Amino acid sequence: MSRTVVKATVNGEPVEFLGGGGQSLLDALRDELRLTGSKEGCGTGDCGACSVIVDGRLVCACLMLAPEAEGKRIETIEGLADGSNLHPLQHQFLEHAALQCGFCTPGLLMASKALLDRNPDPTETEVRYWLAGNMCRCTGYDKIVRAVMDAAADLRQEKPR
Amino acid sequence: MSGVDYLSPGTVADAVSALRAAGGSARLMAGGTDLLVQMRGGRAKPKVVIDLKGIPGLSGIRLEGGGFIVGAATPGAVLGEHEALKAAWPGVIEAANLIGSTQVQGRASLGGNLCNASPAADSVPALIAAGVVCLIEGPGGKRELPVEKVQTGPGKTALAVDEILVAFRFPAKAAQSSDAYLRMIPRTEMDIAVVGAGVSVSLDASGVCTAARVGIGAVAPTTLLVEAAGAALVGSEFDDAALAKLEAAVAAACRPISDKRGTAEYRTKVASVLARRAALIARDRASA
Ligand SMILES: Cc1cc2nc3c(=O)[nH]c(=O)nc-3n(C[C@H](O)[C@H](O)[C@H](O)COP(=O)(O)OP(=O)(O)OC[C@H]3O[C@@H](n4cnc5c(N)ncnc54)[C@H](O)[C@@H]3O)c2cc1C
Ligand code: FES
Ligand code: FES
Repeated sequence: MSRTVVKATVNGEPVEFLGGGGQSLLDALRDELRLTGSKEGCGTGDCGACSVIVDGRLVCACLMLAPEAEGKRIETIEGLADGSNLHPLQHQFLEHAALQCGFCTPGLLMASKALLDRNPDPTETEVRYWLAGNMCRCTGYDKIVRAVMDAAADLRQEKPR
Repeated sequence: MSGVDYLSPGTVADAVSALRAAGGSARLMAGGTDLLVQMRGGRAKPKVVIDLKGIPGLSGIRLEGGGFIVGAATPGAVLGEHEALKAAWPGVIEAANLIGSTQVQGRASLGGNLCNASPAADSVPALIAAGVVCLIEGPGGKRELPVEKVQTGPGKTALAVDEILVAFRFPAKAAQSSDAYLRMIPRTEMDIAVVGAGVSVSLDASGVCTAARVGIGAVAPTTLLVEAAGAALVGSEFDDAALAKLEAAVAAACRPISDKRGTAEYRTKVASVLARRAALIARDRASA
Protein backbone atom coordinates (compact mmCIF):
# COMPACT_ATOMS: atom_id res chain seq x y z
CA MET A 1 0.00 0.00 0.00
CA SER A 2 2.98 2.31 0.12
CA ARG A 3 2.17 3.71 -3.34
CA THR A 4 -1.29 4.89 -4.29
CA VAL A 5 -2.85 6.59 -7.28
CA VAL A 6 -2.63 10.37 -6.97
CA LYS A 7 -4.88 12.60 -9.07
CA ALA A 8 -3.93 16.23 -9.51
CA THR A 9 -3.98 19.06 -12.05
CA VAL A 10 -0.60 20.00 -13.47
CA ASN A 11 -0.42 23.12 -15.64
CA GLY A 12 -4.16 22.90 -16.22
CA GLU A 13 -4.14 19.23 -17.30
CA PRO A 14 -5.58 16.45 -15.16
CA VAL A 15 -2.86 13.89 -14.34
CA GLU A 16 -2.62 10.57 -12.48
CA PHE A 17 0.50 8.98 -11.10
CA LEU A 18 1.64 6.51 -8.45
CA GLY A 19 2.96 8.21 -5.33
CA GLY A 20 4.12 7.05 -1.90
CA GLY A 21 5.13 8.54 1.44
CA GLY A 22 8.77 8.02 0.57
CA GLN A 23 8.62 10.07 -2.59
CA SER A 24 8.76 13.82 -3.00
CA LEU A 25 6.51 15.76 -5.34
CA LEU A 26 9.71 16.67 -7.21
CA ASP A 27 10.49 12.97 -7.81
CA ALA A 28 6.92 12.40 -9.01
CA LEU A 29 7.05 15.38 -11.40
CA ARG A 30 10.41 14.36 -12.83
CA ASP A 31 10.24 10.54 -12.78
CA GLU A 32 6.52 9.72 -13.10
CA LEU A 33 5.29 12.68 -15.17
CA ARG A 34 8.57 13.29 -17.02
CA LEU A 35 8.38 17.01 -16.29
CA THR A 36 12.10 17.53 -15.79
CA GLY A 37 12.10 21.34 -15.82
CA SER A 38 11.97 21.51 -12.01
CA LYS A 39 15.48 20.74 -10.75
CA GLU A 40 16.88 19.14 -7.63
CA GLY A 41 19.79 21.19 -6.32
CA CYS A 42 19.76 20.13 -2.69
CA GLY A 43 16.66 18.15 -1.80
CA THR A 44 16.48 19.95 1.54
CA GLY A 45 14.65 23.21 0.90
CA ASP A 46 17.76 25.38 0.70
CA CYS A 47 18.25 26.16 -3.00
CA GLY A 48 14.79 26.70 -4.53
CA ALA A 49 15.65 25.00 -7.85
CA CYS A 50 12.56 22.81 -7.36
CA SER A 51 10.13 25.71 -6.78
CA VAL A 52 6.57 25.07 -7.99
CA ILE A 53 3.23 26.71 -7.22
CA VAL A 54 0.64 24.54 -5.42
CA ASP A 55 -2.88 25.96 -5.07
CA GLY A 56 -1.41 29.43 -5.54
CA ARG A 57 1.42 29.02 -2.99
CA LEU A 58 5.10 28.82 -3.81
CA VAL A 59 6.68 25.69 -2.30
CA CYS A 60 9.76 23.53 -2.70
CA ALA A 61 8.65 20.38 -4.55
CA CYS A 62 11.48 18.53 -2.78
CA LEU A 63 9.83 19.26 0.59
CA MET A 64 6.35 18.03 -0.28
CA LEU A 65 5.35 14.39 -0.53
CA ALA A 66 3.95 13.12 -3.82
CA PRO A 67 0.64 11.87 -2.32
CA GLU A 68 0.04 15.34 -0.84
CA ALA A 69 -0.63 16.48 -4.41
CA GLU A 70 -4.02 14.70 -4.40
CA GLY A 71 -6.67 17.15 -5.62
CA LYS A 72 -4.18 20.02 -5.87
CA ARG A 73 -3.56 22.49 -8.67
CA ILE A 74 0.16 22.50 -9.51
CA GLU A 75 2.00 24.97 -11.74
CA THR A 76 5.49 24.11 -13.02
CA ILE A 77 7.93 25.78 -15.37
CA GLU A 78 6.56 23.67 -18.25
CA GLY A 79 3.32 25.67 -18.06
CA LEU A 80 4.82 29.16 -17.92
CA ALA A 81 5.07 29.92 -21.64
CA ASP A 82 1.89 30.12 -23.70
CA GLY A 83 2.80 27.68 -26.48
CA SER A 84 5.74 29.28 -28.25
CA ASN A 85 5.02 32.70 -26.69
CA LEU A 86 7.40 33.20 -23.82
CA HIS A 87 6.07 34.65 -20.54
CA PRO A 88 7.32 38.23 -19.96
CA LEU A 89 9.55 36.87 -17.17
CA GLN A 90 11.19 34.41 -19.55
CA HIS A 91 11.58 37.14 -22.14
CA GLN A 92 13.25 39.52 -19.67
CA PHE A 93 15.53 36.79 -18.28
CA LEU A 94 16.83 36.38 -21.85
CA GLU A 95 17.05 40.15 -22.46
CA HIS A 96 19.06 40.67 -19.28
CA ALA A 97 21.14 37.50 -19.67
CA ALA A 98 19.87 36.61 -16.19
CA LEU A 99 21.12 33.05 -16.53
CA GLN A 100 24.32 31.24 -17.31
CA CYS A 101 24.16 27.49 -16.62
CA GLY A 102 20.38 27.75 -16.21
CA PHE A 103 20.03 25.24 -13.38
CA CYS A 104 18.41 27.75 -11.03
CA THR A 105 16.29 29.37 -13.74
CA PRO A 106 13.09 27.27 -13.63
CA GLY A 107 12.87 27.76 -9.87
CA LEU A 108 13.61 31.47 -10.10
CA LEU A 109 11.00 31.93 -12.81
CA MET A 110 8.30 30.15 -10.81
CA ALA A 111 9.24 32.05 -7.64
CA SER A 112 9.12 35.33 -9.58
CA LYS A 113 5.77 34.39 -11.09
CA ALA A 114 4.35 33.70 -7.63
CA LEU A 115 5.56 37.15 -6.54
CA LEU A 116 4.11 39.02 -9.51
CA ASP A 117 0.82 37.09 -9.24
CA ARG A 118 0.26 38.69 -5.85
CA ASN A 119 2.30 41.89 -6.11
CA PRO A 120 2.40 43.38 -9.62
CA ASP A 121 4.55 46.34 -8.56
CA PRO A 122 7.22 45.11 -6.12
CA THR A 123 10.15 47.22 -4.95
CA GLU A 124 13.67 45.95 -5.54
CA THR A 125 13.92 45.12 -1.83
CA GLU A 126 10.70 43.10 -2.01
CA VAL A 127 12.05 41.18 -5.01
CA ARG A 128 15.32 40.43 -3.23
CA TYR A 129 13.62 39.18 -0.04
CA TRP A 130 11.03 37.15 -1.93
CA LEU A 131 13.78 35.40 -3.94
CA ALA A 132 16.09 34.82 -0.96
CA GLY A 133 15.33 31.09 -1.07
CA ASN A 134 16.52 30.73 -4.67
CA MET A 135 20.24 30.21 -5.00
CA CYS A 136 22.13 31.07 -8.17
CA ARG A 137 25.81 30.21 -8.28
CA CYS A 138 26.47 31.91 -11.64
CA THR A 139 24.89 35.31 -12.14
CA GLY A 140 25.38 37.21 -8.91
CA TYR A 141 21.61 37.89 -8.77
CA ASP A 142 21.67 41.49 -10.02
CA LYS A 143 20.58 40.65 -13.56
CA ILE A 144 17.85 38.41 -12.18
CA VAL A 145 16.46 41.20 -10.02
CA ARG A 146 16.52 43.62 -12.96
CA ALA A 147 14.78 41.08 -15.20
CA VAL A 148 12.01 40.59 -12.63
CA MET A 149 11.53 44.35 -12.20
CA ASP A 150 11.27 44.83 -15.98
CA ALA A 151 8.94 41.85 -16.41
CA ALA A 152 6.72 43.35 -13.70
CA ALA A 153 6.61 46.60 -15.69
CA ASP A 154 5.80 44.67 -18.89
CA LEU A 155 2.96 42.81 -17.16
CA ARG A 156 1.54 46.06 -15.75
CA GLN A 157 1.42 47.50 -19.27
CA GLU A 158 -0.26 44.38 -20.63
CA LYS A 159 -3.15 44.65 -18.22
CA PRO A 160 -3.44 48.12 -16.74
CA ARG A 161 -4.81 48.08 -13.23
CA MET B 1 12.84 6.74 1.80
CA SER B 2 10.99 4.06 -0.20
CA GLY B 3 8.21 1.96 1.29
CA VAL B 4 6.84 4.73 3.53
CA ASP B 5 3.06 4.83 3.91
CA TYR B 6 1.29 8.17 3.70
CA LEU B 7 -1.91 8.77 5.66
CA SER B 8 -4.09 11.84 5.61
CA PRO B 9 -6.67 11.39 8.38
CA GLY B 10 -9.73 13.62 8.49
CA THR B 11 -10.10 13.82 12.28
CA VAL B 12 -7.83 14.12 15.30
CA ALA B 13 -9.26 10.83 16.63
CA ASP B 14 -8.27 9.01 13.43
CA ALA B 15 -4.79 10.53 13.58
CA VAL B 16 -4.40 9.41 17.22
CA SER B 17 -5.52 5.86 16.33
CA ALA B 18 -3.10 5.77 13.42
CA LEU B 19 -0.29 6.87 15.75
CA ARG B 20 -1.19 4.15 18.27
CA ALA B 21 -1.52 1.48 15.57
CA ALA B 22 1.93 2.32 14.23
CA GLY B 23 3.44 1.86 17.70
CA GLY B 24 6.23 4.41 17.45
CA SER B 25 7.07 3.86 13.77
CA ALA B 26 4.88 6.78 12.60
CA ARG B 27 5.71 10.46 12.41
CA LEU B 28 3.28 13.35 12.32
CA MET B 29 3.78 15.86 9.53
CA ALA B 30 2.55 19.44 9.24
CA GLY B 31 4.61 21.34 6.64
CA GLY B 32 7.33 18.69 6.54
CA THR B 33 10.12 21.29 6.36
CA ASP B 34 11.91 19.65 9.27
CA LEU B 35 10.59 16.08 8.95
CA LEU B 36 11.28 15.58 5.23
CA VAL B 37 14.81 16.97 5.58
CA GLN B 38 15.40 14.52 8.45
CA MET B 39 13.96 11.61 6.46
CA ARG B 40 16.14 12.45 3.52
CA GLY B 41 19.23 12.62 5.71
CA GLY B 42 18.34 9.28 7.33
CA ARG B 43 17.89 10.79 10.81
CA ALA B 44 14.15 9.99 10.76
CA LYS B 45 13.05 6.60 9.39
CA PRO B 46 9.28 6.42 9.85
CA LYS B 47 7.25 3.60 8.29
CA VAL B 48 4.18 5.85 8.24
CA VAL B 49 3.86 9.59 7.73
CA ILE B 50 0.62 11.05 9.11
CA ASP B 51 -0.26 14.33 7.40
CA LEU B 52 -2.13 16.65 9.77
CA LYS B 53 -3.14 19.29 7.24
CA GLY B 54 -6.37 17.59 6.21
CA ILE B 55 -7.82 17.74 9.72
CA PRO B 56 -10.24 20.63 10.30
CA GLY B 57 -8.98 22.69 13.23
CA LEU B 58 -5.32 21.89 12.54
CA SER B 59 -5.22 24.54 9.79
CA GLY B 60 -6.66 28.01 10.01
CA ILE B 61 -7.21 30.83 12.47
CA ARG B 62 -10.38 31.66 14.40
CA LEU B 63 -11.43 34.17 17.04
CA GLU B 64 -12.47 32.81 20.43
CA GLY B 65 -13.08 34.57 23.73
CA GLY B 66 -11.38 37.74 22.53
CA GLY B 67 -8.22 35.80 21.61
CA PHE B 68 -7.27 33.56 18.70
CA ILE B 69 -7.17 29.81 18.18
CA VAL B 70 -4.47 29.04 15.61
CA GLY B 71 -4.36 25.56 14.07
CA ALA B 72 -0.98 23.93 14.80
CA ALA B 73 -0.35 23.09 11.12
CA THR B 74 -1.24 26.53 9.68
CA PRO B 75 1.65 27.67 7.44
CA GLY B 76 3.60 30.85 8.18
CA ALA B 77 2.47 32.54 4.97
CA VAL B 78 -1.18 32.22 6.07
CA LEU B 79 -0.36 33.63 9.51
CA GLY B 80 1.38 36.63 7.92
CA GLU B 81 -1.64 37.36 5.73
CA HIS B 82 -4.07 37.41 8.67
CA GLU B 83 -4.30 41.13 9.41
CA ALA B 84 -6.11 40.83 12.77
CA LEU B 85 -3.66 38.25 14.15
CA LYS B 86 -0.72 40.32 12.92
CA ALA B 87 -2.13 43.48 14.50
CA ALA B 88 -2.68 41.72 17.84
CA TRP B 89 0.59 39.77 18.01
CA PRO B 90 3.13 41.43 15.69
CA GLY B 91 6.06 39.84 17.54
CA VAL B 92 4.81 36.27 17.07
CA ILE B 93 4.09 36.91 13.41
CA GLU B 94 7.46 38.53 12.72
CA ALA B 95 9.11 35.52 14.38
CA ALA B 96 7.03 33.01 12.41
CA ASN B 97 7.70 34.85 9.16
CA LEU B 98 11.48 34.78 9.75
CA ILE B 99 11.43 31.00 9.29
CA GLY B 100 13.15 30.09 6.02
CA SER B 101 12.33 31.39 2.56
CA THR B 102 9.09 32.26 0.76
CA GLN B 103 8.92 28.58 -0.24
CA VAL B 104 9.40 27.38 3.35
CA GLN B 105 6.78 29.90 4.53
CA GLY B 106 4.27 28.21 2.25
CA ARG B 107 4.53 25.11 4.45
CA ALA B 108 6.28 25.68 7.80
CA SER B 109 3.95 25.74 10.83
CA LEU B 110 4.15 26.92 14.44
CA GLY B 111 3.31 23.38 15.61
CA GLY B 112 6.21 21.92 13.64
CA ASN B 113 8.58 24.64 14.82
CA LEU B 114 7.70 23.91 18.46
CA CYS B 115 7.52 20.09 18.23
CA ASN B 116 10.76 19.75 16.27
CA ALA B 117 12.14 21.06 19.56
CA SER B 118 15.17 22.92 18.29
CA PRO B 119 16.41 25.37 20.94
CA ALA B 120 16.88 27.85 18.05
CA ALA B 121 13.27 27.59 16.75
CA ASP B 122 12.39 31.18 15.88
CA SER B 123 8.70 31.31 16.71
CA VAL B 124 8.99 29.67 20.13
CA PRO B 125 10.49 32.51 22.24
CA ALA B 126 7.81 34.81 20.80
CA LEU B 127 5.02 32.30 21.59
CA ILE B 128 6.38 31.97 25.13
CA ALA B 129 6.49 35.75 25.57
CA ALA B 130 2.92 36.02 24.28
CA GLY B 131 1.69 33.56 26.92
CA VAL B 132 0.34 31.15 24.32
CA VAL B 133 -1.09 27.79 25.45
CA CYS B 134 -1.02 24.49 23.51
CA LEU B 135 -4.22 22.51 23.06
CA ILE B 136 -3.20 18.84 22.97
CA GLU B 137 -5.22 15.69 22.25
CA GLY B 138 -4.39 12.05 22.81
CA PRO B 139 -6.12 8.74 23.52
CA GLY B 140 -6.82 9.92 27.08
CA GLY B 141 -8.59 13.08 25.93
CA LYS B 142 -7.59 16.73 25.83
CA ARG B 143 -5.08 18.69 27.89
CA GLU B 144 -3.45 22.08 27.84
CA LEU B 145 0.20 23.01 28.28
CA PRO B 146 1.87 26.44 28.14
CA VAL B 147 4.34 26.67 25.23
CA GLU B 148 7.33 26.99 27.58
CA LYS B 149 6.59 23.52 29.01
CA VAL B 150 6.63 21.70 25.67
CA GLN B 151 10.33 21.46 24.79
CA THR B 152 12.20 19.23 27.23
CA GLY B 153 15.55 18.94 25.43
CA PRO B 154 16.97 19.16 21.92
CA GLY B 155 14.52 17.21 19.72
CA LYS B 156 12.41 16.20 22.76
CA THR B 157 8.95 17.31 23.84
CA ALA B 158 6.52 16.69 26.71
CA LEU B 159 4.01 15.19 24.28
CA ALA B 160 3.43 11.43 24.55
CA VAL B 161 4.07 9.40 21.36
CA ASP B 162 0.32 9.21 20.70
CA GLU B 163 -0.48 12.87 21.45
CA ILE B 164 -1.07 15.60 18.89
CA LEU B 165 -0.71 19.34 19.26
CA VAL B 166 -4.00 20.50 17.76
CA ALA B 167 -3.90 24.28 18.15
CA PHE B 168 -2.47 27.27 19.98
CA ARG B 169 -4.63 29.54 22.12
CA PHE B 170 -3.53 33.16 22.06
CA PRO B 171 -4.88 35.09 25.04
CA ALA B 172 -7.19 38.08 24.60
CA LYS B 173 -4.88 41.04 24.21
CA ALA B 174 -4.98 43.71 26.90
CA ALA B 175 -5.30 47.37 25.90
CA GLN B 176 -1.87 49.03 25.50
CA SER B 177 0.02 45.79 25.11
CA SER B 178 2.21 44.44 22.36
CA ASP B 179 5.14 42.16 21.57
CA ALA B 180 8.32 41.92 19.51
CA TYR B 181 10.88 39.31 18.42
CA LEU B 182 14.49 39.83 17.37
CA ARG B 183 17.02 37.28 16.23
CA MET B 184 20.73 37.49 15.57
CA ILE B 185 22.06 35.82 12.43
CA PRO B 186 25.13 36.78 10.40
CA ARG B 187 22.93 37.53 7.35
CA THR B 188 19.37 38.76 6.94
CA GLU B 189 17.69 35.60 5.55
CA MET B 190 17.89 31.81 5.49
CA ASP B 191 19.94 31.09 8.59
CA ILE B 192 19.50 29.56 12.04
CA ALA B 193 19.28 31.89 15.02
CA VAL B 194 22.52 32.40 16.94
CA VAL B 195 20.26 33.98 19.57
CA GLY B 196 16.55 34.88 19.57
CA ALA B 197 14.54 36.98 22.04
CA GLY B 198 10.80 37.61 22.27
CA VAL B 199 9.19 40.11 24.67
CA SER B 200 5.56 41.04 25.35
CA VAL B 201 4.56 43.98 27.56
CA SER B 202 1.41 45.64 28.89
CA LEU B 203 1.31 49.29 29.96
CA ASP B 204 -1.06 51.37 32.06
CA ALA B 205 -2.42 54.73 30.89
CA SER B 206 0.70 56.58 32.06
CA GLY B 207 3.09 54.20 30.30
CA VAL B 208 4.14 52.18 33.35
CA CYS B 209 4.72 48.48 32.65
CA THR B 210 2.06 46.33 34.32
CA ALA B 211 3.05 42.93 32.93
CA ALA B 212 5.92 41.54 30.84
CA ARG B 213 7.13 38.17 29.61
CA VAL B 214 10.49 37.36 28.06
CA GLY B 215 11.32 34.24 26.00
CA ILE B 216 14.82 33.42 24.71
CA GLY B 217 16.13 30.92 22.17
CA ALA B 218 19.41 29.25 21.15
CA VAL B 219 21.05 29.92 24.53
CA ALA B 220 20.14 26.67 26.35
CA PRO B 221 19.08 23.08 25.48
CA THR B 222 15.52 24.38 25.13
CA THR B 223 13.86 27.73 24.53
CA LEU B 224 13.26 29.44 27.87
CA LEU B 225 10.79 31.64 29.70
CA VAL B 226 12.80 34.10 31.83
CA GLU B 227 10.36 35.15 34.53
CA ALA B 228 12.86 37.37 36.36
CA ALA B 229 13.46 39.35 33.17
CA GLY B 230 9.76 40.09 32.79
CA ALA B 231 9.50 40.97 36.50
CA ALA B 232 12.37 43.45 36.11
CA LEU B 233 10.21 45.59 33.84
CA VAL B 234 7.00 45.56 35.88
CA GLY B 235 6.41 48.88 37.66
CA SER B 236 9.01 50.67 35.54
CA GLU B 237 8.83 53.09 32.65
CA PHE B 238 11.57 51.16 30.86
CA ASP B 239 14.29 53.30 32.42
CA ASP B 240 17.93 52.24 32.26
CA ALA B 241 17.88 50.67 35.71
CA ALA B 242 14.95 48.41 34.82
CA LEU B 243 16.50 47.50 31.49
CA ALA B 244 19.80 46.69 33.18
CA LYS B 245 17.94 44.36 35.54
CA LEU B 246 16.26 42.72 32.56
CA GLU B 247 19.63 42.25 30.87
CA ALA B 248 21.14 40.71 34.01
CA ALA B 249 18.19 38.33 34.41
CA VAL B 250 18.48 37.18 30.79
CA ALA B 251 22.25 36.68 31.08
CA ALA B 252 21.75 34.66 34.28
CA ALA B 253 19.26 32.35 32.51
CA CYS B 254 21.55 31.62 29.54
CA ARG B 255 23.32 28.26 29.46
CA PRO B 256 24.59 28.28 25.88
CA ILE B 257 27.11 26.08 24.14
CA SER B 258 30.04 27.44 22.18
CA ASP B 259 30.07 26.38 18.56
CA LYS B 260 31.04 27.67 15.12
CA ARG B 261 28.00 29.97 15.25
CA GLY B 262 29.07 31.78 18.41
CA THR B 263 30.82 31.38 21.74
CA ALA B 264 28.84 30.97 24.95
CA GLU B 265 30.02 34.40 26.12
CA TYR B 266 28.95 36.08 22.88
CA ARG B 267 25.54 34.40 22.90
CA THR B 268 24.91 35.44 26.48
CA LYS B 269 25.80 39.06 25.75
CA VAL B 270 23.70 39.16 22.57
CA ALA B 271 20.71 37.57 24.32
CA SER B 272 20.55 40.38 26.86
CA VAL B 273 21.00 43.07 24.21
CA LEU B 274 18.28 41.57 22.00
CA ALA B 275 15.89 41.22 24.95
CA ARG B 276 16.43 44.89 25.86
CA ARG B 277 15.83 46.02 22.27
CA ALA B 278 12.78 43.78 21.84
CA ALA B 279 11.34 45.16 25.09
CA LEU B 280 11.68 48.72 23.80
CA ILE B 281 10.09 47.82 20.45
CA ALA B 282 7.19 46.09 22.26
CA ARG B 283 6.80 49.17 24.49
CA ASP B 284 6.70 51.51 21.47
CA ARG B 285 4.15 49.28 19.76
CA ALA B 286 2.02 49.10 22.92
CA SER B 287 1.93 52.87 23.30
CA ALA B 288 1.39 53.59 19.59
C1 LIG C 1 15.46 25.99 4.08
C2 LIG C 1 14.96 25.94 5.50
C3 LIG C 1 15.11 27.07 6.29
C4 LIG C 1 14.66 27.06 7.61
N1 LIG C 1 14.81 28.19 8.36
C5 LIG C 1 14.38 28.21 9.63
C6 LIG C 1 14.49 29.40 10.43
O1 LIG C 1 14.96 30.45 9.96
N2 LIG C 1 14.04 29.36 11.71
C7 LIG C 1 13.49 28.24 12.26
O2 LIG C 1 13.09 28.28 13.41
N3 LIG C 1 13.36 27.10 11.53
C8 LIG C 1 13.79 27.06 10.24
N4 LIG C 1 13.66 25.91 9.50
C9 LIG C 1 13.10 24.71 10.11
C10 LIG C 1 11.58 24.48 9.87
O3 LIG C 1 11.17 25.12 8.67
C11 LIG C 1 10.73 25.02 11.01
O4 LIG C 1 11.09 24.42 12.22
C12 LIG C 1 9.22 24.82 10.75
O5 LIG C 1 8.47 25.65 11.58
C13 LIG C 1 8.76 23.39 10.93
O6 LIG C 1 7.37 23.32 10.69
P1 LIG C 1 6.74 22.19 9.78
O7 LIG C 1 5.27 22.41 9.79
O8 LIG C 1 7.38 22.13 8.45
O9 LIG C 1 7.14 20.90 10.63
P2 LIG C 1 7.24 19.35 10.25
O10 LIG C 1 8.51 19.09 9.54
O11 LIG C 1 5.98 18.90 9.62
O12 LIG C 1 7.31 18.75 11.72
C14 LIG C 1 8.41 18.99 12.58
C15 LIG C 1 8.36 18.04 13.77
O13 LIG C 1 7.23 18.32 14.61
C16 LIG C 1 6.35 17.23 14.66
N5 LIG C 1 5.01 17.80 14.56
C17 LIG C 1 4.58 18.65 13.58
N6 LIG C 1 3.34 19.07 13.84
C18 LIG C 1 2.96 18.48 15.01
C19 LIG C 1 1.76 18.52 15.79
N7 LIG C 1 0.72 19.29 15.43
N8 LIG C 1 1.70 17.78 16.92
C20 LIG C 1 2.78 17.03 17.30
N9 LIG C 1 3.93 16.95 16.61
C21 LIG C 1 4.03 17.66 15.47
C22 LIG C 1 6.72 16.32 13.52
O14 LIG C 1 6.45 14.97 13.80
C23 LIG C 1 8.21 16.59 13.38
O15 LIG C 1 8.92 15.84 14.32
C24 LIG C 1 14.08 25.89 8.15
C25 LIG C 1 13.91 24.76 7.34
C26 LIG C 1 14.34 24.79 6.02
C27 LIG C 1 14.15 23.57 5.15
S1 FES D 1 16.01 20.96 -4.47
FE1 FES D 1 14.31 21.72 -3.39
S2 FES D 1 15.14 23.44 -2.46
FE2 FES D 1 16.90 22.57 -3.38
S1 FES E 1 22.52 30.37 -13.80
FE1 FES E 1 23.79 28.83 -12.98
S2 FES E 1 22.98 28.63 -10.95
FE2 FES E 1 21.91 30.31 -11.72
